[in-house]
Amino acid sequence: MTSIKQLPYEEYFLAGNGSCPGCGLTIGLRNVLKALGKNVYMVVPASCSSVVQSPFPNSSATVPLLNTPFAASAAAASGMVRALKIMGKDAVVMVWAGDGGTFDIGLATVSGAAERNEDLLYICYDNEAYMNTGGHRSSATPLGTFTGTTPTGKRENKKNVPLIMAAHGIPYVATASIAFVTDLYDKIMKAKDMKGFRYIQIYSPCTPGWLLPTEKSVESAKLAVQTGIYPLFEIEGGIFKISAPSKAYLKKEKRKPLHDYFKIQGRFKHLKEEHIKLIEQWIDQMNEEYAALDGKKIF
Amino acid sequence: MSIIEDKKSLSNVKVVTANEAVALAVKCAKVDVGGAYPISPQTSIMEYLTKYIETENIPMEIVRVESEHSAMAVAMGAAAVGARAFTATASQGLLYMAEMVYWVGSSRLPVVMAITSRAMGAPWILGNEHTDVLLPREWGWMVLFPEDNQEVFDTIIQAYKLADTTLVPVVVGLDGFILSHTTMPISIPDQSIIDNFIPKNTPKPYALNTEDPFTHGNAVHSNLYLEFRHNIFKTIEDSEDLVDEIDKEWSKLTGRSYGGVIEEFLLDDAEVAVLVMGASSGDAKEAAKKVREKYGIKAGVIRLRSIRPFPVKRLSKIAQKVKAIGVFDRNMSPGLGGMIATEVKFALYDLKNRPIVQSYIGGLGGKDVKIADFENILVELKEMVDGKREVEKVKWVGLDLAAIEKFLEEV
Ligand SMILES: Cc1ncc(C[n+]2csc(CCOP(=O)(O)OP(=O)(O)O)c2C)c(N)n1
Ligand code: SF4
Ligand SMILES: [Mg+2]
Repeated sequence: MTSIKQLPYEEYFLAGNGSCPGCGLTIGLRNVLKALGKNVYMVVPASCSSVVQSPFPNSSATVPLLNTPFAASAAAASGMVRALKIMGKDAVVMVWAGDGGTFDIGLATVSGAAERNEDLLYICYDNEAYMNTGGHRSSATPLGTFTGTTPTGKRENKKNVPLIMAAHGIPYVATASIAFVTDLYDKIMKAKDMKGFRYIQIYSPCTPGWLLPTEKSVESAKLAVQTGIYPLFEIEGGIFKISAPSKAYLKKEKRKPLHDYFKIQGRFKHLKEEHIKLIEQWIDQMNEEYAALDGKKIF
Repeated sequence: MSIIEDKKSLSNVKVVTANEAVALAVKCAKVDVGGAYPISPQTSIMEYLTKYIETENIPMEIVRVESEHSAMAVAMGAAAVGARAFTATASQGLLYMAEMVYWVGSSRLPVVMAITSRAMGAPWILGNEHTDVLLPREWGWMVLFPEDNQEVFDTIIQAYKLADTTLVPVVVGLDGFILSHTTMPISIPDQSIIDNFIPKNTPKPYALNTEDPFTHGNAVHSNLYLEFRHNIFKTIEDSEDLVDEIDKEWSKLTGRSYGGVIEEFLLDDAEVAVLVMGASSGDAKEAAKKVREKYGIKAGVIRLRSIRPFPVKRLSKIAQKVKAIGVFDRNMSPGLGGMIATEVKFALYDLKNRPIVQSYIGGLGGKDVKIADFENILVELKEMVDGKREVEKVKWVGLDLAAIEKFLEEV
């Protein structure tokens, strides 16, 4: 495992960009690009990432970047990959998309590209809502969460897109977190050298969208793993493996109280004890299932 | 010129549908990447292309996507790194694709798309109509409309020339079923002629690359957007001569000329003219000859080949000669008139001695339009010129308001 001191000094996504203080997606992107280096093309659909780049003529990306409409990124990246292949250019094509662009409007497009096993790296930074529109529910928004369109709490549970992606039989699927940068870095490094469609989903806090104090974004990401609400895993060649940062928390007794995670985020403030119990039950069940899958070929 | 007379190219004559002509042109244009999604009457274009790739080993990537939105996204992603890109669609497919079509138009990426015209639902309808082909004229694309299979082949090649020169993507429309599924002989020029006409190594300052990285399409302040739109407006406006020049250059190489933006038929002495697009032009031309013979009416045909750029200059010249133009629209702008008639009126309004412009709507959803209908239009135009008939906001061709009731009684 790479240590934090071994991460490259080079910066490919520049400071002074347009993100809010404490934004998780920029922490993620900064480290993803450290792993990928210069030889990468980025494809970005409508999302906070389209704004964070900064407006024309500035751009905080130091790699070539194509902005696309909301649902189009996996298909545009497919066209790009095929073009580079036919022009004899060897580079990584990376989609950098939000949860809305991945779980909802772009799901058919992502599924199409995965089914074709297009040679691209698809990264979904998951801030669990449509943040660019001001914080509205997506199918990545967890049960009970307050958003602009779920003012009394979301009634439905989060969609399990990593498992949907794995069911396509693609070579690599992983979840990662901006609080575990070296785990993230290693996953990107591993995916970088693979061929075919690779899917990585990064847990990325959003300070205004989660009503989260600026300085608590990494802390909340850590707690998401430690409370077991966002387990980190890999599915490589169809084999499911819990990642090191989540290993200990598969056991209920090791997990931190969900309350610790909820209390720092305004988006959960309205939840009553009975709601939290319900969510806890769901977390218990998910972790039991993942513990049972650990090390097994699931697809 | 008939290709059978064109001895030189006899060896390259193929008898094909217009859809196969499109596919052959795409192959000859050495397109790098295509996005494929089936919809009638376009589907066989993609069948031919995938067959060429899989059986002839041509170096082209076809991405068999899961929607038209993605088909255009594929073309966009490929064009953005400097590849030559193509896709095709029709009707519902174009509507589904619309967001991407606009984005590519505004991105100034030189993509070429064939649209085999077809009406749109509801209700489900397969028949030919031009509304779909005309929509991208508002979306930052050039729009060309050939008349027969040979011209379809030639226009796809010309479209790449136009797109590469202007960095505006180009739609080539062709009549669904009437051309797309009808075989005609076409002559295919030597590959070297095509390679020289549309070289692939033109400068591509827009192409994303890792050596000199930049960002495409990021947010822009409102105070610059107007200027971006104006650039697109101007480029398309200023391309009227270019479409003519490209047609002339092509005719030097192949002996085939189509008149550039407009094919002028019997217009030199014409008093009345019908303006048409595409395959119906043949019937309109027959009608012009007939009314000349039968009634001595000096009739002609304005065949609109280029909808964007809209040939304001050429039309204005023609309008100095003729006294009445009947614009036959196989489309409609609901409650107003034909889409092209509306544009013709806009283009000619400022002329001192502008001709009568009468909007005719017909042929929607594939309803038959006959030579006799065009004869009738030309006769009516003459009556308008002679003051014997009122000009109306819009006149419908072949409209039978009792048709639905009659049909229900019969069944
Ligand atoms: C077709 C379409 N519908 C709606 C929008 C408005 N829109 C822009 S970004 C966005 C949400 C993006 O959410 P997500 O993918 O999660 O990215 P985030 O903003 O959270 O980074 C929406 C709905 C759009 N740009 N295009
Ligand atoms: S709204 Fe959230 S995701 Fe968007 S830039 Fe701000 S912190 Fe980042
Ligand atoms: Mg989001």
